[in-house]
Amino acid sequence: MALSKQEWLALEKKAFELRKLCLQTTFWAGSGHVGGGMSVMDLLTVMYHKYLNIKVEDPKWEDRDRFILSKGHAAIAYAPVLCDKGFNDVEMLKTFNLSGSKMGMHLDSNKVVGVDASTGSLGHGASIAAGTALAARILGKDYLTFVATGDGELGEGSNWEGFMTMNHYELSNCIVFIDRNHCMIDGPTEEVMKLEPLADKMVAFGFNTIVVDGNNINELCDAVDAAIARSKEKCAPTCIIMDTQKGAGIKSIAGDYHCHYMALDDDTFAKYNKELEEDYAARVARAEKEGK
Amino acid sequence: MAGGFVYNAIDQTEVATAEIYGKAIADIMAKDPKVVAITADLAKSTKLGDVLKVCPERVINVGIAEQDMFGVAAGMARAGIIPFLSGFSAFTSMRACDQLHTDICYQNVNAKIIATHSGTSFGQAGSTHHAIVDLAIVRAMPNMTLIVPADGFETANAVNAAYENVGPYYIRINRGFDRVLYDSMDYGFEVGKAVEIHEGTDITVIACGSCVFQAREAAKFLENSDGLKVRVLNMHTIKPIDRDAIIKAVLETRRIITVEDHSTIGGLGSAVAEVVVESGKACAFRKLGHPDKFAPIGLQEDIMSEVGIDANGIIAAVREVMKADFEEDENWDDEF
Repeated sequence: MALSKQEWLALEKKAFELRKLCLQTTFWAGSGHVGGGMSVMDLLTVMYHKYLNIKVEDPKWEDRDRFILSKGHAAIAYAPVLCDKGFNDVEMLKTFNLSGSKMGMHLDSNKVVGVDASTGSLGHGASIAAGTALAARILGKDYLTFVATGDGELGEGSNWEGFMTMNHYELSNCIVFIDRNHCMIDGPTEEVMKLEPLADKMVAFGFNTIVVDGNNINELCDAVDAAIARSKEKCAPTCIIMDTQKGAGIKSIAGDYHCHYMALDDDTFAKYNKELEEDYAARVARAEKEGK
Repeated sequence: MAGGFVYNAIDQTEVATAEIYGKAIADIMAKDPKVVAITADLAKSTKLGDVLKVCPERVINVGIAEQDMFGVAAGMARAGIIPFLSGFSAFTSMRACDQLHTDICYQNVNAKIIATHSGTSFGQAGSTHHAIVDLAIVRAMPNMTLIVPADGFETANAVNAAYENVGPYYIRINRGFDRVLYDSMDYGFEVGKAVEIHEGTDITVIACGSCVFQAREAAKFLENSDGLKVRVLNMHTIKPIDRDAIIKAVLETRRIITVEDHSTIGGLGSAVAEVVVESGKACAFRKLGHPDKFAPIGLQEDIMSEVGIDANGIIAAVREVMKADFEEDENWDDEF
């Protein structure tokens, strides 16, 4: 079911606000994982503002959908999403990365409300998600489990162990997102460690595999809708490979692997904010033109 | 043991320690639908046969993938399940160390790890399958309770305790075929409390796992042959360690020997030594265990003999440590 134009525009607005808050948090913290945070922000937006069946007033509700951010370094994006949603005070973002804060560079699920798994060591999310989804089957619950991994992260072999378990137990109630931003710390993924043909790999691992533009909210929602549609029946799990740009939304760094982790001074903060506004204007124009 | 299950002496003599685990977990799973057994292609080796008969739908096999096993367990535990993972201790402590640290301990989830084939109990398999550094690794992890049962009855007690208490537990058992220490489960097992299995005031031998039986045999022998009163403590819980029992041993016997089927670095001996040193009280002290090198290949009893952690090794060590004096003079050469 495609997004209505109105819904698309509302999600673009929220994604824009959250990107601004992510940038603001980076500025408060002095530095942060801007690149991988921005590439996954559209997913975080649609998860927390369209799909996840969660209760802010009851964050540990046992029937809630789960979201596991395997690429835990994107906390600089995730923390603003969780605060904006109401799980934590937005004021906490001013302490991000600072001594004594509950919010470190990678979020602790026992300290930050709304976090389903403590990640940061890469390659852990897939197995945790598989266990969460298996638990739903054993306990007879209908909740869904979503997990987002990075692309460079897939070098960790443990991901593929988790993928095998999802396939073996036909965990269609578990939906995997791969943030394919093509970048790692040391350079482009295909130069540091080849991932392609990634979609073929996921198909070979038994996944119903969908490739979308992960920075196009409308396309992304279509893919999530398709994955959810098949989640009620026990069958092959779905993997959505999100083709994204590292630093998406900020023109001067988008697609550049150097933006993995960066410091912001006053001038770059102002410049990037301006670029986010320009990007938002372009996104609105696209939604106005293509939306229905 | 409130709420636990009771096994009789016939069970103990007829089945291996790991099989007692299989029976204990099968009983727990039969009554609690939220308990799930997870294994990494070792359901048979870790004696989950009884569980497979009782509730096969709650036995999850992840294949040969220990890292996955821990992640799956963490996800399940967060969703309200009590997972009991079983695997060889070499792999549960080392292959999946990051997952044990981060998914289980850091998240402080209610997962129970049954680490089998520990120490050199799979001695012929060689160092790839020996687990002689696992205590050092696991002991250092926050939130973890670490138990090394001495026989089948103690294993059943430990499994029941792990089930009844919330939080991560690591129960380190052998391949099986342990010497029988107790004649029932009813000897006052309590997590974090050492059990005195032989009274004595001359020296204290603190042991865990397969070395406890050896220590008791040594104590009996020394009483008859040397007239020595050797206190033997079964320190089944390595963490949290029973500080009171250790301090009491320091004050009352002034001589301590630790013995374990583990490296002398980081295991029981180190844990006891930390307490002794922090007590500020003088105490002759000797750690028996594997020296800082990989263990030889062979049957466990042969390896224990070679390394000096069997009854004969303990007897020799006791005689040596008994020579230490506590004169209040300036001559340190004759102290030990």
